[in-house]
This record gives sequence, structure tokens and C-alpha cells, in this order.
Amino acid sequence: MIAQLPALIVVIPLIGAPLCMLVRYRDWSWTVATLCTWASFVCAWIILQQATSGNTISYQMGGWAPPLGIEYRIDLTNAFVLLVVTGIGSIIMPYARESIRSEFGTRRIYFFYTAYLLCFCGLLGVTITGDAFNLFVFLEINSLATYVLIAMGKNRRALTAAYQYLILGTIGATFIVIGIGLLYAETGTLNMYDLSNRIAEVGASRTIGAAFAFLVVGISLKLALFPLHLWLPNSYTYAPSMISAFLAATATKVAVYVLLRFLFTVFNYELTFDALPLDYILACLALIAMFAASTVAIFQQNLKRMLAYSSIAQIGYIVLGISFASSAGVTAGMVHLFNHAMIKGGMFLALGCIMYRVGTVNINKLDGIGKRMPLTTAALILGGFGLIGVPLTAGFISKWYLVTAALERGWWPLGFLILLSSLLAVIYVWRLVEAAYMKPVPENAKVVEEAPGSLLFPTWFLIGASIYFGIETNLTVGVAMDAAKQLLGGLG
Amino acid sequence: MRSYLVLRVVAKLLMPFILVFALYVQFHGDYGPGGGFQAGVIFASGFILYSLIFGIQAAGAVMSRGILRFATAMGLLLYAGVGFYTMLLGGNYLEYDVIAADPTKGQHIGILVIEAGVGITVASVMIAIFFTFAGRRKADQA
Amino acid sequence: MMAGFYIVIAHDNLIKKIVGLNIFQAAVFVMYISFGKVAGGTAPIIAEGFSAYSNPLPHVLILTAIVVGVATTALGLALVVRINEEYGTIEDDEIQAADDEQPQ
Repeated sequence: MIAQLPALIVVIPLIGAPLCMLVRYRDWSWTVATLCTWASFVCAWIILQQATSGNTISYQMGGWAPPLGIEYRIDLTNAFVLLVVTGIGSIIMPYARESIRSEFGTRRIYFFYTAYLLCFCGLLGVTITGDAFNLFVFLEINSLATYVLIAMGKNRRALTAAYQYLILGTIGATFIVIGIGLLYAETGTLNMYDLSNRIAEVGASRTIGAAFAFLVVGISLKLALFPLHLWLPNSYTYAPSMISAFLAATATKVAVYVLLRFLFTVFNYELTFDALPLDYILACLALIAMFAASTVAIFQQNLKRMLAYSSIAQIGYIVLGISFASSAGVTAGMVHLFNHAMIKGGMFLALGCIMYRVGTVNINKLDGIGKRMPLTTAALILGGFGLIGVPLTAGFISKWYLVTAALERGWWPLGFLILLSSLLAVIYVWRLVEAAYMKPVPENAKVVEEAPGSLLFPTWFLIGASIYFGIETNLTVGVAMDAAKQLLGGLG
Repeated sequence: MRSYLVLRVVAKLLMPFILVFALYVQFHGDYGPGGGFQAGVIFASGFILYSLIFGIQAAGAVMSRGILRFATAMGLLLYAGVGFYTMLLGGNYLEYDVIAADPTKGQHIGILVIEAGVGITVASVMIAIFFTFAGRRKADQA
Repeated sequence: MMAGFYIVIAHDNLIKKIVGLNIFQAAVFVMYISFGKVAGGTAPIIAEGFSAYSNPLPHVLILTAIVVGVATTALGLALVVRINEEYGTIEDDEIQAADDEQPQ
């Protein structure tokens, strides 16, 4: 059965989705969805154990041998990302039940879980597959489900946000298809490992260059890398709270993985960074993202929107790590990928709690919230500290590695800039602290209780994890380092 | 709705042929161009023609929303179920060789069931899309 | 391809954007199909008297991509219908204006 795990991890949610639609009672569909995500999480955990022992797992779909057949190929990098995605997915399921009931009512709730499972399945599929076109198909499964989930938000602007995302997302996906098509025309294969070998043989021809450009732009759209981030703030702001948390923590992370995979595995290192000045381009864009998005975040009234912009900035950090094109840089990027998933997931969940009780996340209406919902607010603030990179939080670890990598590469001004941009984070988190603790509770404020346990527990679990991994770094940093070595060294 | 005699008669004449042709495309997929996707679309187009001419209520009586939803899910389950079945038999996911003693026969059975699943899902999704859009406009006017 | 892309960017009307998106995608599909053509090839079914076959793989890929495209279009149109119900318009700038009037 162990050998079947790579298929199971994707198939379980895929089977769960139609089941959710068949069992139409509310709690049943929730149960199905929860069981599916947890089962996938167990699979991911076992896979990671296998991958850490240094083996690359290869699974042949339908028994067709690669490169002809579709191959699922797992090394440490995928296993790591799989764990992040399934972990977040599992943790927020208990949260989903209450939160979704309050935001949707009870009608048509099974649609929500169907879409959620499909989205989950798509993300896992993208991560696990070793076939370029298969990746596109899973990407679209995931995207379509995401559009539906975003459109389910209460505010009518959720619809326009979903529409905007649909247009941009489809353009991005089509760019990826063009890129894959050009690669196929040049090399005649779709298997990623086969591709990398053949590209090395062909060298940097013009077709490869064009394919590369299309792929990078397409993936960057999905990744919401500045300046292709326009779809992100609206989508995160108006989606249901639980979905904001899920998307912020996983969707962009998977896109980062795809970028890593294409940059380092499919196109080899020399082509990416020697023939093209991609490292400088990425570094510049990442820096602009960090500063521009953080600055915009400072001026937001809506807290969800603020976090969305801060996500763009954090994606900037991750991409900056990748752009160093060194083992240390990629390690930093991947560590931050993991940490940011936990921090941002936790913070969006905390905002969801506030939304659940207070009914708004506008900072002007949340004066003194720290006294009214102490536990929730504390979680939110701790998450904010993680974003700044206060020592003893996970954010500190990733920033530490990022700065080290920058110094190692010799780009010391960058190290300084990273610290400077953290100061911007201090400002927007401080606004939160000020509103939550300094300002008195308005007199006419309605009485709100602390959020119920089923909402609070997952929130604190994620925030607690982000602190735990700020102190105990063996798992994250160790795995990320090995994965980075594998990506950079083991390429064909 | 005014009744166009010619349209009604022609549609009634064409319907069985469209549906049979869909089945032909479905099951001939082994030997020639065809398969579940195309068959599903042809099958659905038969229904859409019917509802264009006789009205959505009439078509809805034949294929209710519930059935469509059920069929969509079942088609997908059939597909995933076959994959699961091959896993239980000890092969990889969707490795049809293990279904029957003879690998070639196993491939035959496997792809037939898979394509049936695809066909069911595609047909019901297509009809559902049509019903959704067409039904909504009616709600607006009313 | 560029025509479709241009429509997506330049038009304010949401339906026209989707039309543009479809043109854009269709162009990519044609590009794929053109890879599959082998000079003098026939349909890729083994039969006597033929030795050259077209490459079937691009067709299969594009079949999948078309299905994805259909799903995207359907979802996009569904969203437009809902937007129209909520805002009473499908022009981008009018929606913007409606959003600006109403604070969050």
C-alpha cells in the first residue's frame, strides 16, 4: 500500500469531491471533506519520511513507463510542499464547520466542500506531478475551484474579484500552456526530467528562450509576483475567511514550487541564471514588491486587505531568496514559504474569528478589540510579530537565513533593504496593536464574546506552530536545506 | 411558445439518431476516433436541441436537476473507482492490465468503463450548464 | 493570438473580455495541433498500407485543454450573470463607479 501513496494522496480528495455532492446533508459533507484532507495529510507525512531518506519516489500512472506515461515524481521539495498544503488543509477543517455555517447559512453548503476538495486536489496534483502538461491540468482544476470559492464570499464585490482573478488566472494558465507547447515542439517530450536532459542537449535556442519567458510570466501571474499581483488583494479580501486563510497559506506557495521546479529542474541552472539575467530581474521585482506592497498595506483600513498586501510583500521575500540562485538562498525561500504559510494562515483565521463575532474587519471599528476578544487578538498580534521577524518567531528564522544568503552572495545592500522593509511591517502591525490595546472600547459597542473553541483552536494551533518552528528549526531548515541541495545539485 | 410543426417533427426524428450516434462514438472509441468527451457532448446536444424546441420544462421533466447532479458525481466516481479497483488488485492507479487475466482484455474493459464515466459526466455537465443559463433568463423576465 | 489578448485588455465589457479570452485560447490550441501534423501522415490508427502517422499526443492534450477552456468560459459567464444581477451592468467602469459610491 505504501507504494500507492503518491496516487492516493491526490485520488482521495478527488473521490471525496463527488461524494460530498452526493451526501447532501450539511454535516455529512463536512465529515467527508475532513476525513479526506486528514487522510491526505497522513499520506503526505509518510511520503516526507520516505523522501528524507534520500530516495526519489517515482510512480507511474496506469503502469505506463515515463517519459511516455504520466509520472508522479517526488523528491524532498515536493514532499515538503505537500506537507505544507495538506497540513494547512487539515488544520482549517475544524474551523471550516462553524465559520462556513455563519457565513453561508446552511443552504448549498455541500457545493462549498465539493469545490474545496477539488481545489485541494488540484494543489496536490500540481505539486506531485512530474509531467508538464499534467501540471497545467491540475493547475486549472485548482484555479476553477478557487474562482468558485472566492465568488462564494458574502460581499457582492467577491463576484468581481473572482471574475478579475478568472481573467488574469486564465491568461496566466494560457501562457503556461504556450510555454509548455514550445518546449514540446523543441524537445518532443513532456516529462520534466526528460525535458531537462533534452534542453541541456539542445542548449539555449530561441524557442527555448521564448518558452522560458512565457512560463515565467505565466507562473508569476499565479504567484502574484509584483507587478502581476492585481488579482490578489480583492480575492483575499472578499473570499470567505476560511478560504482566504487557505489560499494565502497554500495557493501562492504551490506557485512558488512550480517556479522553483521550472527554474532549477526543467531549465538547468546555467540556462536560467547565466544565459539570462533572471536573478537580477527577479531580485528587482521582489524588492519592489516588498516595499510597494508593505507601503500600501500601511494605508489599508480593511484588515483582510492589509494582510493581502502583506502577502504580496512576503512573496517578495520568498522570490528574493530564489533569485540568489544559491543553495542558501533557496533554503531561505523555502523556509519562508513554510513559515509564511503558518503565520498568514493563522492570521487570516484570527481575522475570521473577529469577523464571526464582530461582523467586520475594518480597523476603525475594532477599537479596543484586545479587551473584548483577548485570545483572538493575541493570536493576531503574535502572527504580526512573525511577519516583522521578531526573534523567537518563525519569521525571524526565515529572515535570518535570507539576510545570510544575501551576504553570502555579496549583495550586502540587499541585506540592509530586507531589514528596512521589515520596519514597514512594524508600522502596519503597530497600527493593529494600537487599535487593539491602546484605544478604549467605544461605549456603544455591542458585547462580543470570545470566539468559540472550534474557531480558536485551529487559529492558535497555527500561530503556536509558527512560534514552535521559530525555536525548533530542525524540521523546517533541515528539510529545506536538503531540498535546496537536491534542486541545485541533483539537476541533470 | 408558437409551435413550428416542421421543427417539432424534425427534432423528434433527429433525436434518436443523435443519441444513438453518441453511443456509437462512445463505444467505437476503441477502434476509431471517438470516446467519452465527444460522445458526452453529442449526447448533451441531443438534449439541448430537445429543450430548445419543446421548452426547458419539458426537457427538465426528462432530466431533472437532481439526476444531473447525481450523474455528474457518479461519472467521476466511476472513473476514480476504476483506478481504485486496479490499485486493490495490486497494479498502479489506472493500470488496466490487472483487471482481466489477459492484459489486452484488461485494457479493453478498463478503457470502456473509464470512457463511460467520462461520457456520463461530460453529458450531464453540458446539460446542466445549458439548463442553468437558459433557466436563469426565464427567472429574470418573470 | 494577439488579437484575443488585446480584446481582453482593451475592452471594458465583461462578456467581450471572455470572448477575447476564448480567441486567445483557441489560437494556442491551433498552435499545438500544428505541431502534431506530420507531412503525409494519416490518422494515428494502425492500419495496413500506411506508415506515416500524425502525432496523436498534441490532439489529446488539446482535447483536455478545450474541456478546461469550456469550463472556464462557463464559469466566467456564470459570474457575469451574477454580476449583472447584483450591479445591473456588465461594463467594467460602471461597476467600478458603483463600488466607489458605496463604502466598504
